[in-house]
Amino acid sequence: MSIVESKLNPQLASYDCVLPAGESWLHEVKCGQVFRILDLEGNQAVDTLFYNARDPEERYSAVDTIREQGNLYLTAGARLLSTEGNVLMTIVADTCGRHDTLGGACAAESNSVRYAIDKKYMHSCRDSFLHALGHCDCGMGKRDLTANVNFFMNVPVTPQGDLTFADGISAPGKYVEMRAEMNVFVLISNCPQLNNPCNAYNPTPVQLFIWDAQ
Amino acid sequence: MTEALSKTNLLWEEMLPAGAHWSFQMKRGTALRFTDVEGGANLSMLLYNLDEKLERYNMPDTLKAQHTAHLTKGFVLYSDMGRVLASVIEDSCGWHDTIGGMTNAALVEKKYGKANYQNARNAMHRNARDSCIIELGKWGLGKRDIVPNLNLFSKVSADDAGGLHFETNHSKAGDIVELRFEMNVLVVVSASQHPLDPNPQYAPKPIALKAWRSGMPNKDDHCRNFRPENVRGFYNTELLFR
Repeated sequence: MSIVESKLNPQLASYDCVLPAGESWLHEVKCGQVFRILDLEGNQAVDTLFYNARDPEERYSAVDTIREQGNLYLTAGARLLSTEGNVLMTIVADTCGRHDTLGGACAAESNSVRYAIDKKYMHSCRDSFLHALGHCDCGMGKRDLTANVNFFMNVPVTPQGDLTFADGISAPGKYVEMRAEMNVFVLISNCPQLNNPCNAYNPTPVQLFIWDAQ
Repeated sequence: MTEALSKTNLLWEEMLPAGAHWSFQMKRGTALRFTDVEGGANLSMLLYNLDEKLERYNMPDTLKAQHTAHLTKGFVLYSDMGRVLASVIEDSCGWHDTIGGMTNAALVEKKYGKANYQNARNAMHRNARDSCIIELGKWGLGKRDIVPNLNLFSKVSADDAGGLHFETNHSKAGDIVELRFEMNVLVVVSASQHPLDPNPQYAPKPIALKAWRSGMPNKDDHCRNFRPENVRGFYNTELLFR
């Protein structure tokens, strides 16, 4: 794990918003802009997808990203690769140290399998994603949802091949920051999951910043 | 009751040549045995609900529902809709990869050099991504439908720091894995090398396929009861067919 702090001043950001838990956010981050997600209260999971803004058929690929860096976890220095092998984002600062890209997004249907059949009516990340895409007028929908990044989430894999959802390693004030290497649509669901210890059963807001190219 | 493969319930058999791609449908209640004929095979695979192809194999849901990062006997393959597309009913390998992804044109050219059809005819170098794009095109699908895939017969493990390790000589000649299909499924396969295979030669391997009428899983089925989550996954699946 590498902890890399940012020198950027939040007061100089060109964009700044607080995203409550259970909300989605779809925004274009331009090539060269720097995008930060700040974990305001700690251990919040931020489910995030990336698309080439010019051609959203090209999108984040979890498996290409982890294979090409030879490591399962994302931290400073990680290059988030697209399905075409191009770099969408480079993580340039990270005070959390480890982010997941295997756990995917919660959905009504997977909640019914993982927890109990009657959990399927609870709010979920996939509902947030579909809500954002359904309103974006960008021609995207469920076909465009793929395995996402879970910023601040800790999903260790053991050498024996078991996957575990561990308590979070993030904390209030930790952040991850990435530079866009092309014009990128960023789609976020600030996770509403109430059944999983990864966010201490308490989904909380995050703050999003964008700085223009320096 | 699930029947084992026998001469009387065999539906078809096929030899998938090294490097080849194909796609086909498997009906609910049938099963498929994959055999690594020579040893060291890899089969990149994607699965879709044949009746509603927006529903497809989902790597994260498969892994997190069963608290695993690999597949072997007992585990099932979940769709994004909380249903079981297929179950791993037999396995002599012990580990099938879910996280390594598939080869693409740039990776294959970088590792093995160029071999196009003009010069190499059907011994040309193929890659799994383009193979899947071709097969998906036959069903009205395309790049948007390519999601993280399975790699049968391959093992990629991770150390405590997350470092990936590809295990060479994992699958031996004669190793098998069997999938029982719990829904009507579109199967897309590419017998390409694993993208982390360190072999510097382009050397994909053939895979033998045998399909048979297996029947449905009982209440005491091994895969259904392998995890408490799977009981609910089978319940969700069976609702589709009531």
